[in-house]
Amino acid sequence: MWQAALCTHYASALGSTVLGGRDVGALRLYAAVAAGGFRRYATYRVATAAGVFTNTVFGVILVHTYLALWDARPHLGGYDQAQAVTYVWVGQALLATLAIGGGGVERDLMERIRTGDVAVDLYRPADLQAWWLAADLGRALFQMVGRGLVPLLFGALFFPVALPADPVTWAAFAGTVLSAMVVSFALRYLVALSVFWLLDGMGVAQVAHLVGYFCSGMLLPLNVFPGLLGEVVRLLPWSALLQNPADVLLGHADPLDTYVFQGAWAAALLALGRLLQRAATRRVVVQGG
Amino acid sequence: MWLRSTMAYRASFVMTTVGHFAVTVLDFVAILLMFSRVDALAGYTLPEVAFLYGLSSVSFGLADLAIGSMDRLGQRVRDGTLDTLLVRPAPVLAQVAGDRFALRRLGRVTQGVLVLGYALAVLDVHWTAGKVLLVPMTVVSGTVIFCAVFVAGGAFQFVAQDAVEVQNAFTFGGATLLQYPPTVFAKELVRGVTYVLPLAFVNWLPAAHVLGRPYPLALPQWTAFVSPLVAAACCALAGLAWRAGLRAYRSTGS
Repeated sequence: MWQAALCTHYASALGSTVLGGRDVGALRLYAAVAAGGFRRYATYRVATAAGVFTNTVFGVILVHTYLALWDARPHLGGYDQAQAVTYVWVGQALLATLAIGGGGVERDLMERIRTGDVAVDLYRPADLQAWWLAADLGRALFQMVGRGLVPLLFGALFFPVALPADPVTWAAFAGTVLSAMVVSFALRYLVALSVFWLLDGMGVAQVAHLVGYFCSGMLLPLNVFPGLLGEVVRLLPWSALLQNPADVLLGHADPLDTYVFQGAWAAALLALGRLLQRAATRRVVVQGG
Repeated sequence: MWLRSTMAYRASFVMTTVGHFAVTVLDFVAILLMFSRVDALAGYTLPEVAFLYGLSSVSFGLADLAIGSMDRLGQRVRDGTLDTLLVRPAPVLAQVAGDRFALRRLGRVTQGVLVLGYALAVLDVHWTAGKVLLVPMTVVSGTVIFCAVFVAGGAFQFVAQDAVEVQNAFTFGGATLLQYPPTVFAKELVRGVTYVLPLAFVNWLPAAHVLGRPYPLALPQWTAFVSPLVAAACCALAGLAWRAGLRAYRSTGS
């Protein structure tokens, strides 16, 4: 349905491919797809408001448990209490944005692969991965503005937080969140592609969300994880999702190092997705009917 | 019927049940991770928190199993399929509860039972007959209280169809809240879940008696035993809300 709505944008963008240079046209196309993703999720206003409410309630519960934990062990993981509280609200702000608990555009893609509609997508003169990346970035931007901002503001108003004052840190934070969106998509794209072989992606998606929840630091900041476990999870791609942006915002990590880490994982995972996509489109027979 | 349709795909059933189990285990893993760094959380030791966690999880899990399908009500109101339920000669509430009855939710109950079993095994408590009786009574009352919250949430969905997440904040949020000791939370919050939405009766108050801990808000001793009465009152209120919601229902006509 939303893709139908995109058709006009899409057609005009394609027109410009012919008229005004390939790159500009492609860019306009993906911008249109991203705008479509943004608008699509912006449609459900009541659901968004309800989501904001839920994120806020969970934030309040988590903040109290974290305060109790940091009360027992001050400076746990190198955070002070205010930083731990800030971490909670950043987490609630990014939970939907990065689809850590699931619920990005990969659900649609999985459904399209299952039903065989993906064959139509493959016919389009647009790249499958880039198309869905654009759609997911649009969704993520909306979730950030629509769902993430209010819990963060609520937390800043009612709890002792440690938010930076200088705009440079905020800009660096915005950059890490954008990279986190790409890493998050790259991971979920792999999950979606598994449907080409498995037909039903429920199990894989569930495992992926579970691992994501645990390894992203949504459960507890990764620098609180004990010993070797902590060292391992901090190297995995999921730490690029929540832990990295939070650490940059809290002045706990160097932005440049963080960009390198996130960029490396994004490139590796997108490349893997591309390989898998090629294998899938060559070998697998699309579901018909 | 839903049970049979689930069993048609046995492997999928096993996988989703195990998945459900694993998802709910994560909550407890978070607590274990916390206790890997500290010996006590707000004055409570790991077995004591596990006791609270087990009571909350089993009660919530049973309620979720019985009536958790309630979160689909909003969708039914929106697309008009609730009409089908209205013309059938059976209570709508029972039909909604049975809709997509998902036995995989046993995963959460199993997990809660395991944690509760661990807590009971390692807790250093002087068990009296009263305390022993209090545990099953608490589980039953807690289940009923959570069921009432689910039903009230369902009634709310008649008004706000898309707002199923608000219900989640009270059901899942409430269950999460109760997994931690009351001493963790700010006094206003504890007051809210005692006097406004009486979740404290699900486990906090009975557990305070069993563990010999100071009662939250310095409530009198007998409050540990009134959970069944609170549960009954919650049911009555939720029933009223449900009726009001059902009466206010206007079909989409499609």
